Amino acid sequence: MEAFFEHFRLWLAAFLTLGIFSFLYKDNPWYKLTEAIFVGISAGYWFVVLFWDNFHGKFWVGAGEYSINWVVAKLTGAQAPPPPDSSIDFMLWVGAFLGLLMLLRLVPKIGWISRWPLAFIVGSTGGLWLINYFASNVMVQAQATMVPLFSSAFGTGFDQNADAVIGALIIFLGTFSGLVYFFFSKAHTGVFGGTARVGVFFLMITFGASFGYTVMSRMSLLIGRIDYLLGDWLGMIK
Amino acid sequence: MTSKLFLALLLLPFSGLAQDDPAGVDMLDTAVVVVAPPTSVIAVDHKYDKGERIDLTWVPSIDDQLVEGKVLAYRIYRIVNDGGPQLVADVATGVGPYQYADEDLHRDSIYSYYVAAVSSNYEAASTRTAPMSPQREWMNLDRKWLFLIALIVGGSVLLFITAARRGTKLFVRKIAGLEAVDEAVGRATEMGRPILFVPGIRDMDDVQTLAALTILGRVSRVIADYDTRIFMPTSRSLVMTAGRETVKAAYQAAGRPDKYSDDMVTYYTDEQFGYVAAVDGVMVREKPATVFLLGAFFAESLILAETGNYIGAIQIGGTARPAQLPFFIAACDFTLIGEELFAASAYLSGEPMQLGSLKGQDVGKAIAMIAIIVGAVAITIGEAWDVEFMHDIVTWLSGVFSTR
Repeated sequence: MEAFFEHFRLWLAAFLTLGIFSFLYKDNPWYKLTEAIFVGISAGYWFVVLFWDNFHGKFWVGAGEYSINWVVAKLTGAQAPPPPDSSIDFMLWVGAFLGLLMLLRLVPKIGWISRWPLAFIVGSTGGLWLINYFASNVMVQAQATMVPLFSSAFGTGFDQNADAVIGALIIFLGTFSGLVYFFFSKAHTGVFGGTARVGVFFLMITFGASFGYTVMSRMSLLIGRIDYLLGDWLGMIK
Repeated sequence: MTSKLFLALLLLPFSGLAQDDPAGVDMLDTAVVVVAPPTSVIAVDHKYDKGERIDLTWVPSIDDQLVEGKVLAYRIYRIVNDGGPQLVADVATGVGPYQYADEDLHRDSIYSYYVAAVSSNYEAASTRTAPMSPQREWMNLDRKWLFLIALIVGGSVLLFITAARRGTKLFVRKIAGLEAVDEAVGRATEMGRPILFVPGIRDMDDVQTLAALTILGRVSRVIADYDTRIFMPTSRSLVMTAGRETVKAAYQAAGRPDKYSDDMVTYYTDEQFGYVAAVDGVMVREKPATVFLLGAFFAESLILAETGNYIGAIQIGGTARPAQLPFFIAACDFTLIGEELFAASAYLSGEPMQLGSLKGQDVGKAIAMIAIIVGAVAITIGEAWDVEFMHDIVTWLSGVFSTR
């Protein structure tokens, strides 16, 4: 029986892999079936994961269960639970309350209240990231670009010196001209436009290198699937 | 003979043969490696934290300084509220400064410490530090310059917003990808095909998603004006909700609330490639005339952009993720690179609030550019001709831009 399921698993995975690959030819019922299975199963899977990780794992364990037990004990006159320890965090009720407000979309008359938690998320995200981005993308970057363009510390030989000078120039020019390109308050004309163009060259060279690197890593993913089909499934690769 | 036997019996207790305990034999065989204790053990509250950390420093044992390998490690002992000592860490010798950061402490507890130098079979403890509690500081003065520069940028934003509201015309340079938005929506209208808007695969806690939704507001408004169809598949439930609100508001602003439908914005799955499979399916079946790929993208960027290219759609891509930008540049007609994505909403809307914010950010960039030029020139002159004044400028600038 175990061998049967092992074979079934192999054939099913191969069937679904080929179904997704069939999209390379054109949209077809096999791809549609595979797509529907993928979307349906993954949506259900993520619902379960988020429920157990967030609702149960964080809110229920962290505050909900204790609070409800406490309320029930107060209402029924039963023995109240012991005082909360450090694992109980009543701030989680704020998140739960905001989550509850989201569900008010299901009640058309007061559905507008569901915009409040959205506003909270958008506002707090903007505020939190503002300083993070400012610190990492502006302050640290500016500090790291203050490099000597030539120095006796680079080395005495021409090779060492030339390498270091070119490296320092690339860092300085690349960062500065990139900043000029992303400066929106001045038209890209004259010297400013020329510097911005240098910035674009730096960006495109970086993107080109990144493109090649990422394509190679994607090839390894393709090789992994082909290895599965030809090796695990068909046994053609030993 | 008798005298020899007597002498042997007399020495027997000291010979080891009379010992029953094997450990005792070892103790007699192994010499104790006595080491001096560390000195000047100082515990200080860690500055500018939430009151959770105490920093310890000490001067190493004299034996550690004189004989390499004699002291094997330093043991940190913590005493909480006059309780018993707890071993909290072993710090190896010879790997750097003699210090230890004791973290995850409580402000309402009293701590004292001692450090012991450890040899192979001996432990020499220092004196105990004075009892203390970690303190919480409300301001991190290490980041005062960050605060000041953020204040200058924030103040500039407010100034520019006020100026724009008073009617001052604020200049923003042309952004090619955004000039094409109206044209792309018009093309979809003429062809009678829908517009697909993909807001990336991250949730609302990513600024790129927020930027995408801001652009969606403007695009939806044009779509509502032209009476074209929009379809927006999402991979996060919150993005779906926010997307619906945005599109609905745009249709209301255009005076066509009756044309809006919740079906315009739908959720598929949180699973990255499940979502991609679904969006690819939508692309080849619905054949949208225009595809917007704006937001946070990962490995799916090329799959989506290539499928859009394959169906012949005009594509406007944009992300702040450097690793994905090459794919959009290769497969899309227009690409919003990094900050252009965030500038897009201000550019498109022309609203004083957003334009002011864009101009304020430019002030930040101008500060950075000036600092980079001054810093690089100063450090170069300082190093090449050893000019002390230039070294001072660099040290000061490094301090200003430090974000410790």
